[in-house]
Amino acid sequence: MAENDPVVTADEGQRGVSRRNFIKGVIAAGAAVSTTSYLFRGGSILGQPSLPGAVERLVTLNVNGQQRRVDVMKQETLAMTLRYKLGLTGTKLGCDRSECGACTVLIDDVPHYSCSILTHSVRGRKVVTIEGLASPTGQLHPVQQAVVDAQGFQCAFCMPGFVMATVGYLKTNPNPTRPELAHGISGNLCRCQDYNKILDAMMLAAEYTRRSSRA
Amino acid sequence: MPERTLVGQNYTTPDLVAKVTGKAKYAEDYRAEGMLFCKLLLSPMPHARVRRIDSSKALAMKGVVGVLTADDFPPVKPDQSGLKPEQALTNEPVYQGEPILAVAAVDEVTAADAIELIELDLEPLPFAVDPIESLRPEGANARLEGNAYVDRKVATLKWTAEDFREVAAGRLPFGKGADEWKVGDVDAGFKQADVVIDETVVIQSTGHQPLETRTAMAYWQNGKLYLHGSTQSVARTVASVAGWVGVEPSKVVIVSEYTGGGFGSKIPGAHSMAIPALLSKKTGRPVMMRISREEEHFIGRARAGMQARARLGMRKDGRITALDLYIVMDNGPYSAQGDARSSGSIASLAYQPMTMRFRSVAVLTNTPPRTSQRSPGGMQVNAILEPIITKAARKLGLDQVAVRHINAPAGKAPYGPPGQNGKQRYVTSAFVKEALDRGVELFGWDARKGRSGQRRGSKARGIGVAVSPYVGGSIGFDAIMTIRPDGRLYFQSGIGNLGTHSTIDVHRVAAELLGMPWEKCEVIWGDTSKHVPWSCSSAGSQTVHAMTRAAHAGAMDAKRKLQELAAHDLGGKPDDYDVSNERVHRKGNASGGLTFAQAAKRAIELGGKYDGHELPKDINPMTKTSATALAGLGLMGVAKDNYPRDGDTHSYVVGFAEVEVDVETGAYQILDYTAVADCGTVLHPHSLAGQIHGGSVLGMGHAIGQRWTYDQHYGRPLAKRFHHTKPPTILDVPVAMKWDAVNIPDPETPVGARGIGEPPVGAGYGAVLNALVDALGDDAFRRTPVTPDVIVAALDAGKWTHEALTAHV
Ligand code: FES
Ligand code: FES
Repeated sequence: MAENDPVVTADEGQRGVSRRNFIKGVIAAGAAVSTTSYLFRGGSILGQPSLPGAVERLVTLNVNGQQRRVDVMKQETLAMTLRYKLGLTGTKLGCDRSECGACTVLIDDVPHYSCSILTHSVRGRKVVTIEGLASPTGQLHPVQQAVVDAQGFQCAFCMPGFVMATVGYLKTNPNPTRPELAHGISGNLCRCQDYNKILDAMMLAAEYTRRSSRA
Repeated sequence: MPERTLVGQNYTTPDLVAKVTGKAKYAEDYRAEGMLFCKLLLSPMPHARVRRIDSSKALAMKGVVGVLTADDFPPVKPDQSGLKPEQALTNEPVYQGEPILAVAAVDEVTAADAIELIELDLEPLPFAVDPIESLRPEGANARLEGNAYVDRKVATLKWTAEDFREVAAGRLPFGKGADEWKVGDVDAGFKQADVVIDETVVIQSTGHQPLETRTAMAYWQNGKLYLHGSTQSVARTVASVAGWVGVEPSKVVIVSEYTGGGFGSKIPGAHSMAIPALLSKKTGRPVMMRISREEEHFIGRARAGMQARARLGMRKDGRITALDLYIVMDNGPYSAQGDARSSGSIASLAYQPMTMRFRSVAVLTNTPPRTSQRSPGGMQVNAILEPIITKAARKLGLDQVAVRHINAPAGKAPYGPPGQNGKQRYVTSAFVKEALDRGVELFGWDARKGRSGQRRGSKARGIGVAVSPYVGGSIGFDAIMTIRPDGRLYFQSGIGNLGTHSTIDVHRVAAELLGMPWEKCEVIWGDTSKHVPWSCSSAGSQTVHAMTRAAHAGAMDAKRKLQELAAHDLGGKPDDYDVSNERVHRKGNASGGLTFAQAAKRAIELGGKYDGHELPKDINPMTKTSATALAGLGLMGVAKDNYPRDGDTHSYVVGFAEVEVDVETGAYQILDYTAVADCGTVLHPHSLAGQIHGGSVLGMGHAIGQRWTYDQHYGRPLAKRFHHTKPPTILDVPVAMKWDAVNIPDPETPVGARGIGEPPVGAGYGAVLNALVDALGDDAFRRTPVTPDVIVAALDAGKWTHEALTAHV
């Protein structure tokens, strides 16, 4: 991968520029690294002791069209990086283990469970989260607009995941039947359980998306 | 009755864009300077006593800041039951997975590592995971104090060896120790019956499984606790958290703008909220407690399972002449649950049996704590009785709908145990027959009857209908609203925001009464420091009823004050004035008088009652404190709901389902589902649809697959995650479902609207079970969920074959 970013390991801290100071510099320079850099030594998601000798590496990620430089552990999941290091809390954790889809994000346009993918593995790839769908002026993505118009959800804890899954699915099948769409987003669980209204909203989303791509 | 400009209309709720852009903040989305993370040490045993805890190695670890144990909690005494109330950490774990200790550290992994270094010495104690096993003469008690609630006290209750001969035959014995009530002469009722069915069934326990776990973050500032949590009521969580933490309610601020589901498990808040609160107090730093899905299984609350026996007598015309119901309820290890009692009441309401006897006993087990789950007791009794009613109807050659019709509650229908005067209580209204008629039409029942029980190749079809009532509202809460000099109307809301939108919806009643355009209204919710009034919990289907009444009362108060203020300033009598068009004006002259903005300014100048400096005497102290803080901001409408009500408010849903079962594999699909609600005036159709279908699907999940499984020998749960006790996915339910509401106002409430959270659950559950009976015959199952293996085994043997009475298998 030609575009691979330079990787700065923890050792470099000893060569004068500590990673922490480096990040502070980035924040001060206005690059969008979150102010919150909780140190998850890794493995936290499974509640297991961290691996001995875990090292943080400074990597660059392409998130929502921006280059974000961030320290990550070898075993850190994308969901944790997004939520706790980049401040993108729109991505939810419902299970931490590939059971619910609340954490779904797009990686190179394909929906993935970010709780079950390592941050390192997405270097050089395009990550889009729920925060990255609306235009910078605040205009909603057609799928978001459809959800608002059809009021497709209740508590909405599952909503970011469903929206991302739908955006991804519609890229592969812009004109789905209702059963096809249900199948396409069946990796997501809603506990408030009005799947009927979710499907109404997402069928409308398909229509809005087609319309906007024609425009 | 004002013109309906807002009530009954769809609109975009003000929280939607935040939700769909990821900006909405749930408990785990908050951060605080210096925030620590905590991890829990869970009991590895179903019942034990802590002999010794040594935290020294953990505390010596770099990054560990503090440890919290049960000893750090305010002391509690046993209540009248003889048990100590549950606390978030314990020295006597009574179920596997109960939290014993918490560690706070600079990051979560350090906290998890530190947990590994805790030395814990536990003394194992006897345990029971199956109520029936605990009732055996030699059975273990779940608690040192006993194994069952007898006369509201925990005592030891054992049935005789004689009783257990019935169990061996697959029948629940009518052992001693039960709560009991009777209406009419049940034996005479059975004599009148043309068919009598006697069945023993097992209804599973299930976790609530909200998608958002009960994660919480807490910090203290100037002696006040700020708790960011997930709750079904903002206003009501203050006192419960204050109690758990041991401080005055005035020292607690609850922030919960968005709650990711509760279904009864977060009323009000969660015991576990005390952990980050007390750890934060101890360490002097903010503490975030992220609850994992597995931890949620343990501490996230669950529905009480039931082992039950029902005898039901039906006359040739379908009328139920007698019902004799006995329920053994799996109460879990803590406080007495009301599910079984509700089962009795709901059974008597739903089917109006001519005579009825109800008995129940709550048995303690070493399984996770129970609490009300959406239609508590109602759903279970639907599952117990609906298939039996369908079977009786089949034996008599009667249509399922006709049988529900003839037994349906109507008007001020009586229900439940007789009171002191020997009479039953009654409901405010019931339009179940109307709902059934509408459902028959919408579902196309008559056309589908031809497919009832039909077999094509390996596929069997079945159709089912079920009637499900539940409590639909409480009374007596408060509202605060202010019209401010900017000409806008501000509502304070203490209602939890679970996404049913009632937090917002109920205020549209007030806006409509005051003629205020909705664009000029603002609802302030989700934070008790923002001066919220006393409100109901979003639980038990209360909100739409209780809080539209409060909103109505508040709006009438504001209106009266506007009229009085206009009369004061412009002459005449208050009654000469009306409100509309954002003005208070002489009747018939909508452009005269004062604008709301002017009136707000005048209210502030006049002070006293107009701007909240003088308050009604009957409002709750919480409302009073809030209104006092808001005094002087504008014209204040503040009032308690004192409207009369004759009867107990209930709502009703009828569900219709069609299933197709593959008799070779036992797999089945719910092909279609339609539900019709009788919940009074429709407030917000989109929200109502969400509640009706959402609740119905929650019920279907119980029919098709969700359940707990226990290793009975070691008392350990085997189903701790979504994957093991899976809620329905989008592929488990019909690809399109229908709904409607009869939309007849309840006569006992000013807006006519009743709550709707609970009743759909039993409708979805019961309709699917009945469709399965219709497809497979009377003897395919005696327990829920009805999984494919249950069906295939029954079809092979020609009768149900599974365990007759064991819980959690
Ligand atoms: S949180 Fe990733 S699938 Fe549930
Ligand atoms: S809307 Fe609550 S989990 Fe989907």
